[in-house]
Amino acid sequence: MSGGTGAPQPAGTGARGHGGTEATELPRVFEGEGRKKLDALLAKYPAKAGALLPALWMVQEAHGWISPAGMAEVAEALSLTPAYVKGVVTFYTMYHQHPVGKYFVQVCTTTPCNVCGAEGVVEAFLKATGARAAGETSPDGKWTIVEVECLGACGFATPVMINDEFVESVTAASVPALVARYR
Amino acid sequence: MGYPHPKHPKETPVVSAHFGEAEARTYDGWVKRGGYAALEKALGMPREQVIEEVKASGLRGRGGAGFPAGVKWSFMPKQKTKPHYLCCNADESEPGTFKDREIMRWTPHQLIEGCAIAAYAIQAEQTFIYIRGEFTEPIAVMQQALEEAYAKGVLGANAMGKGVRIDVMIHRGAGAYICGEETALMNSIEGKRGNPRIRPPFPAAVGVFGQPTTINNVETLSSVPHIINRGSAWYKGLCLSNPKSTGTKLFSICGTVAKPGNYEVTMGFPLKDLLYDVAGGLPPGRKLKAVIPGGSSVPILTAAEAEDTLLDYEGCVAKGTMLGSGGMIVLDDSVDMVYQVMRLAKFYAHESCAQCTQCREGTAWTVKILQRMLGGQGKAADLDLLLDLSEQMTGRTICVLSDSCAAPVVSAIRKFRPEFEKYIGNGRAAARA
Repeated sequence: MSGGTGAPQPAGTGARGHGGTEATELPRVFEGEGRKKLDALLAKYPAKAGALLPALWMVQEAHGWISPAGMAEVAEALSLTPAYVKGVVTFYTMYHQHPVGKYFVQVCTTTPCNVCGAEGVVEAFLKATGARAAGETSPDGKWTIVEVECLGACGFATPVMINDEFVESVTAASVPALVARYR
Repeated sequence: MGYPHPKHPKETPVVSAHFGEAEARTYDGWVKRGGYAALEKALGMPREQVIEEVKASGLRGRGGAGFPAGVKWSFMPKQKTKPHYLCCNADESEPGTFKDREIMRWTPHQLIEGCAIAAYAIQAEQTFIYIRGEFTEPIAVMQQALEEAYAKGVLGANAMGKGVRIDVMIHRGAGAYICGEETALMNSIEGKRGNPRIRPPFPAAVGVFGQPTTINNVETLSSVPHIINRGSAWYKGLCLSNPKSTGTKLFSICGTVAKPGNYEVTMGFPLKDLLYDVAGGLPPGRKLKAVIPGGSSVPILTAAEAEDTLLDYEGCVAKGTMLGSGGMIVLDDSVDMVYQVMRLAKFYAHESCAQCTQCREGTAWTVKILQRMLGGQGKAADLDLLLDLSEQMTGRTICVLSDSCAAPVVSAIRKFRPEFEKYIGNGRAAARA
């Protein structure tokens, strides 16, 4: 991927991402229940590497992001090299390579939503959360706002994802109440 | 805004017949609506006959390419010497398209039934439903329906009690438009970067995990149970224009339109009626400027062209565009064509997998030139430069992402050239005055 709107910057100095655990204290993912879940996945795919994307999702669910240590653990579990795993992680925009705010907000600004006011929705999120620009995290470390390309819900302009919640038909006017719901 | 809307009398709801009915999401609710009768019927038919029935129906791929589904199935080896796989493309990420999301949210068992019939017909060991990572709700709904289907014996070692093994599972994507391209999707299932592969070999020979594979779109597979239930002749009869385009099609209408949403009409339906009657036309006081009829990757139609278009594969080609995925982006007279074309190009630049030079460089430079123009720094030669660049981006790469960026750019410059020319030597305020 050639970077751009989908790639959030690391939560900056003085605004550490609260959604991700610090690298030094990351627990291992594929132990106990995690190991059982991975084994069940491995049984479904004809080749071990098939379980790579789901295994990375497991790491991100556990840590809030995918750290170099997380990549190494996945590599070990699937008999791949850490470099190979990193190559895959960097291809897909939804895997966070840095800790992000507690609330990771993705606003679609591609054409169908754009003509319905999506850029105003981004502005409204920045204003309501105090984040300075798209791609940055708010000073309290809680909110990371990013512009993303098509979320596949163009008839419900503007769709917004707040972590795993998919919110439809967001307008600039409805943003403050939406943000307040999470505070 | 919002969905589901009440059915419009001009719609022909087949796939969307039970959208909005919460009960249809459950196994019992689906069976009550006649669900899984088609699977039971298909499992009692020879595999070849199932394929012949789908072939005879004229069903073509609803993901964008329009390839006849039954013909695609028939490319799979008849004698199975190694594992076969079925992939269901639920990566829905073509801007303007949001139909597969609704199918999965409202009628997950309809898709499971379609997958199961196809898996039986092509002798698939496993079916991978590749759902884009952002679709958290459809993934949850599909997962629950799959668990129910296994629990009720629809899927598993003895599917429907007919002694056939059918397995279906979800593979969640992680944010990459290109994974909707069939070979990129297969790489992604294999745990690789989603780079498209050079063809040949084609998936029916060497697909996912190197084995014979068939890949179909969600809407295509969801149409199959209806064809098995009601017969190919019925499906073939659903046709208002060219007999090569049969059945119904879900159109996702979005952009500056009064009632955005998914509407299902018979193939050959006039675009004008869909836009003005079914979808309520433009917002008050606005006039139509342009329509991108098949998802953002197809050439743009002017208002006059759009109002004269019949919505089927041939009808769109006759107007110099494509039916594509049926994601229809409506643009009214307030839309800045130059800015929105730049936004589209930005989408493709962001989503290029960067394997091919023409695409990696071409999409990025298209954006830079358009942004320069929007910033008032455009040169008189820029329009020809964009056209030349677009030509170098067409038909020269492993997949068609590069072509998809060129199509809206070229058609917009050809059809709305004065809007672009206004930007030359002018900032946005002057150009938009």
